[in-house]
Amino acid sequence: MADTLLDIRNLAVQYQTDDATIYAVNNINLAIRQGETIGIVGETGAGKTTIAKSIMRILPNPQGKIVSGEIRFKDQNLLDLPEKEMQKVRGNQIAMIFQDPMTALNPIETVGYQIAEAIRRHNKITQAEADRRACDMLETVGIPMDRFGEYPHQFSGGMKQRVVIAMALACNPELLLADEPTTALDVTIQAQVLDMMRSLKEKFKTSVMLITHDLGVVAEFCETVAVTYSGEIVERGTVEHIFDNPQHPYTLGLFGSLPKLDTKDRRLKPIKGMMPDPTNLPIGCRFRDRCPDAIEACAAAPPDVETEPGHIVKCVRAKEKGGAAV
Amino acid sequence: MENRRKKQSRLRDIWRQLKKSKLSVVALIVLCLIILVAILAPVLAPYHYAQQNAKLKNAPPSAQHLLGNDRLGRDILSRLIWGSRQSLQMGVLAVAIAAVVGILIGSVAGYYGGWVDNLSMRLLDIYQAIPMFLLSVSLAAIMGPSLKNAIIALGVGTVPGYARIMRASVLTVREKEYVEASRAINASNARIIFKHIVPNAIGPLIVQITMGVGSCILAGSALSYIGLGAQPPIPEWGAMIADARGVMRQYPTHALYPGICVMISVLACNLLGDGLRDALDPRLKN
Amino acid sequence: MTPLLEVRDLKKYFKSRAGLLHAVDGVSFTLEKGKTLGVVGESGCGKTTLGRTVLHLIEPTDGQIFFEGKDITRPKKRELRKLREQMQIIFQDPFSSLDPRMTVSEAIMEPLILKGGMSRAAMHAEVRQLMDTVGLATRLENSYPHELDGGRRQRIGIARALALKPKFIVCDEPVSALDVSIQAQVINLMLDLQEERGLAYMFVTHDLSVVKYISNDIMVMYLGQVVEKAPADELFANLRHPYSKALLSAIPIPSIHNRKERILLTGEITSPINPKPGCRFMTRCRYAREECNKPQKLEECAPGHFVSCCCYKEINDLEEVNKA
Repeated sequence: MADTLLDIRNLAVQYQTDDATIYAVNNINLAIRQGETIGIVGETGAGKTTIAKSIMRILPNPQGKIVSGEIRFKDQNLLDLPEKEMQKVRGNQIAMIFQDPMTALNPIETVGYQIAEAIRRHNKITQAEADRRACDMLETVGIPMDRFGEYPHQFSGGMKQRVVIAMALACNPELLLADEPTTALDVTIQAQVLDMMRSLKEKFKTSVMLITHDLGVVAEFCETVAVTYSGEIVERGTVEHIFDNPQHPYTLGLFGSLPKLDTKDRRLKPIKGMMPDPTNLPIGCRFRDRCPDAIEACAAAPPDVETEPGHIVKCVRAKEKGGAAV
Repeated sequence: MENRRKKQSRLRDIWRQLKKSKLSVVALIVLCLIILVAILAPVLAPYHYAQQNAKLKNAPPSAQHLLGNDRLGRDILSRLIWGSRQSLQMGVLAVAIAAVVGILIGSVAGYYGGWVDNLSMRLLDIYQAIPMFLLSVSLAAIMGPSLKNAIIALGVGTVPGYARIMRASVLTVREKEYVEASRAINASNARIIFKHIVPNAIGPLIVQITMGVGSCILAGSALSYIGLGAQPPIPEWGAMIADARGVMRQYPTHALYPGICVMISVLACNLLGDGLRDALDPRLKN
Repeated sequence: MTPLLEVRDLKKYFKSRAGLLHAVDGVSFTLEKGKTLGVVGESGCGKTTLGRTVLHLIEPTDGQIFFEGKDITRPKKRELRKLREQMQIIFQDPFSSLDPRMTVSEAIMEPLILKGGMSRAAMHAEVRQLMDTVGLATRLENSYPHELDGGRRQRIGIARALALKPKFIVCDEPVSALDVSIQAQVINLMLDLQEERGLAYMFVTHDLSVVKYISNDIMVMYLGQVVEKAPADELFANLRHPYSKALLSAIPIPSIHNRKERILLTGEITSPINPKPGCRFMTRCRYAREECNKPQKLEECAPGHFVSCCCYKEINDLEEVNKA
């Protein structure tokens, strides 16, 4: 595809600890088109953040290691780039925002200075010019310009996250990796920040990879979705595919566990059991032990089945409903 | 049964982290050797520490006396071996006194806060304004020169450092939800302090204690050097250096050997302390 | 019938350098045996402080607390000991609410040891029983919290709270640190326990959808005050307070259909330190007007439905017109 911005192929990432190897990401394939907003959904330990950190090449060293695969960004493999070249990509063409805005901001510098610094790092412009652009950025994220000289501790949580977003977008990146950007915020503040991100995304035509555990946020914000489980993508497709016609038993289970505002049931339908230990993954389908529909064939590695155009499910039983393996 | 398993798993955890650093493993082995030597002194030492031989005054090393003899003809090797007992005692006991008192003051001040905290910290401020060594010297001088009094003086003199570290550590642990959780099930203050807070807050102190042993050995040697520590003829490394003062020019090795012993044991303590600091730091885990 | 718990005009102020922080400011409610009161609000609304104050983990500044008809506002030490056996708490963070140096069985046994009067063997049997009740495998009894996942740790917290056989449990965001699939397991467990043991819960959370599931009555808090209080069904059917409406509309719905209109709040949040007497939501409310500067009172707008907004009727009419 011509308009593919980022193409992840067969990515596998492992963490090495003292006594075990953690299989965090296992042969993931994922493509992001220009201008697309993709949601990566999954629970703790599903490998969502590891994917983002692999793209940025900021995995903890020396524990984290990309074992195989490639990450092609505009036809160059990021994994082959020397660190020097990578620095030019990081923050400039690909930016990342983290869950906790406090860790991303330096407490002893003013927010304006920090945004200006982010701009100057990748652009040869004067301090005055950088300051002016930083002011513009602040206004863009809905912070009045006169707060340019204030320090992070003078901002509320939601405001801090806005500053972080301003920093990330300051160099007009083509891809924004947002790792649970609103999880630490209150719902009313989250609504404001998401609303702002949506308008910025349209304004700057940035592609966004939104990592979250909240299916509600995905439904409101994303065009395509990838559901992760145990370091694999178990289902991917458009939001319509995932929300109207979920196929993978895990996706179905996730929807079932959500408390809904519009039903009368007094009991939730949780998925039984827990995610498998990432140091000791079962052979075959990773979800098999928790799956209500498991059959014998699930003991073998499940194929990717395309149940409708663009809707891919990693489940052997998806074939029964007329899907074809890809 | 349960308790043993618990302690083991904690120790094993520390050991696993510690053994990553070769230097601290070496330091640990050296310290163990010194302790072993101190324990087995009567067996290991070829001669009694006070046994004089008039014919061998300041004699050079020989097959019978591997490190030679001092100005009274006593076997230097034997005196070093016996001396390890006094030096280690100084280090370990002084730190034990300081740590126990420090932990008590620090935990109470940190846990209760308010005026209790203010009062004890200001008292420690005043206490710390007096130079530690001077304090130890005056205490040793008042109580009379002896190994026991030197240990007490050293111990009392170093309390504030331990108390402060413990207090800081308790302040962070106190805010943990499990402390509130145990209050919700009717745990008394004493139980909360000793069962929940002290065991969880003691980590940073372990480093301080290890390094403290080294510095107390050093300070103890200094006290003995000026005659306020171990009394002759009992050998102590600092006292041995003092003893060699008169013949330092002709026979520098008399002072050199005990000096090296002090250096090695202090260095070992510090290296082990450094290693423990890394091993106990939760940020470095996995 | 006397309610299990009654709280009247409870206040908790904290001294801070800038002045008095009104964490809980005049909250009243009653809770019947075996029922659940949901307390909803965002960070800083005082919901956690309210729970702690009711349990006397924090001493109230003013107001009254009655438990089974008895005034327990200023309990004596012995009274408090007895009370704590009847009122327990489940904490939000299953990672920090367990002592990392205690095994599972030690943690669950601790309340039994403190209560006293049981032999070691009896306590061991009781711990096994409790572990079974909350769905923890017995083989885990010698594990340490850090070896377990969040869901299991939260089960330890629940077992600890149950050990003293309380009648009332404050649940302080018990599932918000858990993944959805595990969250559902824990909520179901709590519902089962309530049914079996006739427990009353005060369920403190920021998540309206969770609270709807579990509560009989719901109380919405904003900056230390109750802005709306009603039976769960009534509340969701007829939201009155502008803040409750904004809160509900802000929840992202996991569905791509029936898009609701979102009320986006603007304006700065009022400081809880020395607040002015008027409505605290005023600065962010799009209907704010002159009367809002006066102190607000909880007013019964429908049977059992209370709202603290002087102009809720006008707002309602206005919205009806807008809709039409």
